[in-house]
Amino acid sequence: MKRLNLLLVLILILSSVLSVSAQDKPFDGQTIRVVLANHAWTDAVAPKIPEFEALTGIKVEWESYGEEQLNQKLTTEFIAGNAGVDVFMTRPLQEGANMEMNGWYYDLAEKTAADVEYDFEDFTESSRSATTFNGTITAIPLVTEQEILYYRKDILEENGIEVPTTLDELYAAAEKLNDPANEFYGFVARGQRSPLVTQLSSFIYSYGGDWFDRDTYTATLNTPETLAGIEMYSNLLKNFGPPGVLNMHWAQCIGIFNEKKVAFYTDASSLYPNLLDPTKSDVAEVTGCAVFPAGPAGAVMYDITAWGLSIYAESQNKDAAWEFIRWATGKENSLFIQGEKAQQLARTSVWNDPEGIKSFPADWAAAVAGSIGAKSYDRPLITAVTEARDLIGGIVVTAIEGGDYLKAADEANVKFQEMLNNEKP
Amino acid sequence: MISRWIDRHEKHIFPLPAVIFIILMMVFPLGYTVWNSLTNWTLTSKAPTEFIGMTNYIELFTKDERFIQSVWRTFYFTGGSLIIQVTLGVASGILIDAKKYPGKRIVNSILLLPMMATPVAIAMVWLLILEPTTGVMNYLLKQVGLPISKWLSSTSTVIPSLILIDSWEWTPLITLITLAGLATLPTDPYESAIVDGANTFQTIWHITLPMLRPTIAIGALLRFIDCFKTFDIIYSTTGGGPGYSSETLNIYTYQNSFYYFKFGYASSMLVIFFAIVLGTVLFVTYTRKRLEV
Repeated sequence: MKRLNLLLVLILILSSVLSVSAQDKPFDGQTIRVVLANHAWTDAVAPKIPEFEALTGIKVEWESYGEEQLNQKLTTEFIAGNAGVDVFMTRPLQEGANMEMNGWYYDLAEKTAADVEYDFEDFTESSRSATTFNGTITAIPLVTEQEILYYRKDILEENGIEVPTTLDELYAAAEKLNDPANEFYGFVARGQRSPLVTQLSSFIYSYGGDWFDRDTYTATLNTPETLAGIEMYSNLLKNFGPPGVLNMHWAQCIGIFNEKKVAFYTDASSLYPNLLDPTKSDVAEVTGCAVFPAGPAGAVMYDITAWGLSIYAESQNKDAAWEFIRWATGKENSLFIQGEKAQQLARTSVWNDPEGIKSFPADWAAAVAGSIGAKSYDRPLITAVTEARDLIGGIVVTAIEGGDYLKAADEANVKFQEMLNNEKP
Repeated sequence: MISRWIDRHEKHIFPLPAVIFIILMMVFPLGYTVWNSLTNWTLTSKAPTEFIGMTNYIELFTKDERFIQSVWRTFYFTGGSLIIQVTLGVASGILIDAKKYPGKRIVNSILLLPMMATPVAIAMVWLLILEPTTGVMNYLLKQVGLPISKWLSSTSTVIPSLILIDSWEWTPLITLITLAGLATLPTDPYESAIVDGANTFQTIWHITLPMLRPTIAIGALLRFIDCFKTFDIIYSTTGGGPGYSSETLNIYTYQNSFYYFKFGYASSMLVIFFAIVLGTVLFVTYTRKRLEV
């Protein structure tokens, strides 16, 4: 009898212990597939994933790809219909409209509303609106960026040049410093047809131009203001840029800046670790950051949410997927990623926390602070973004090569208008 | 019962696995592509997919400048590559085979290495070599006093640069084919030539080359098909740039399929692509038969 009692008590204790731990880990044993992009954010989060697995018992199978290949892979899998994808990184501005139209995002409205601890309102207003399409919350904002000016402090000092605050001053300074005979170039920026469009945007906006009128869906690629922006960008590259510029994406631009061959470089603020981190860059000590120079319409640069984290609409493990997202983008992890790994995230509380901004260099932080709230898009906000970017980039490439860019702009405008007509709501 | 039925229909059953394979792997994809080319299937469009007949093809030839230019560029790239590769390949094949010398096997192996390397790795390395400011090629040219070039970064020199890379990679294939052809040549004509007092050049020009003609033709045809379809080195070096100046038909089709998601339109391009390659192969085969007879 006594032995039976002992056995019963043991069974009771064991089952209560087991049921308690099952409550702690409701998703224990589930597996989720997470598809990420090759990005510094992924580099920061990946080493911590085993912590998440230990915490929740969820097994995370994650993979990462370059941004173009990521989009192509996800699209192909989603079209085929049986994708086993649960969580994926997405670019709201590039593929957001298209993916939302095809119904591939799971609406996160319910999850974020129900989860008070998560505090979705903590994310900045502009980042939340960037990932909301037609009322659907398609993604949690991950990283933000603005266009800023990187420059060589030492070269400017040597030649007694002030940091340019207007685009005309930038042009004059680049002209003065340009010395191709000694392989030193005044200015570099992206020259590849499609990638250049996002960096061209700030130039266009600062002259008062835009891609198209959002109210009437009229293309504005060949208006005087837009053309002025295109001319400034192309002339800077044509006259003061390195010879290989037409094949340059940011990686090549940074490469040549690092080789101490360039004075000025405009590109995204998120690239600064490649220039200001002494472990990665030869010019860390002598690189300065400034707010994007002003044009006649002011200093209107882009301030965008570049990446978001989403749940696939047909995912079989939506709850476990949300567990991952709320861990990866929660306050604790965000503080770590921004504070220790110096990524520009979108949580207001983290920006206000001294721990959250301690890794940012002083003049970079000032440049970023001066760029908040300008324009929330750096490319045309339509579904067929890739095709539009090729059209626009083609005008700039023609201008850099010295061709008839006015004609190219008119032709591109006609084609762009056709695309807009297809997408008019 | 069953075994008797099998015996009676042997000639249908034995080829069945191969036939099924061909239907699944070749006939079905081709048929599906042709079907898609008659629709306006676009992923970025809200409208449902409709059957539109030949509209895609008409648009390709009348409204699409980029398509016509990509076809010309493909022929330019293929023609230039073929001329260089066939000339250099045959010449090096004949030279390598000429006499026995110490280290002949090693020379053979080294000359064949470019063909063995992975195309993307080749593209990455050439991209670095041909970089106008920081690349080795311009540096060496400057040292020797020759004019430098923008190589892959200028719309006028990008296709010749790509021809250079492609020839570096694939000339060994023609060399291999030539060597194989040379091994099968009979020795009698050479003996008579020596008796008649022909020198080396005359021997090569009047005996070796004519006898090698069918072999060279096969090699050239294989290279034509491959060159026409080249994707890997172009995509990995310039992606079709600067601007559109290295955008061949294959690259343009890839853009339309996986960047613009215009599957119907891209399918019509692919059907035309297939028709060009098939037409050339048929033409060459037909003329070869007539020449031989």
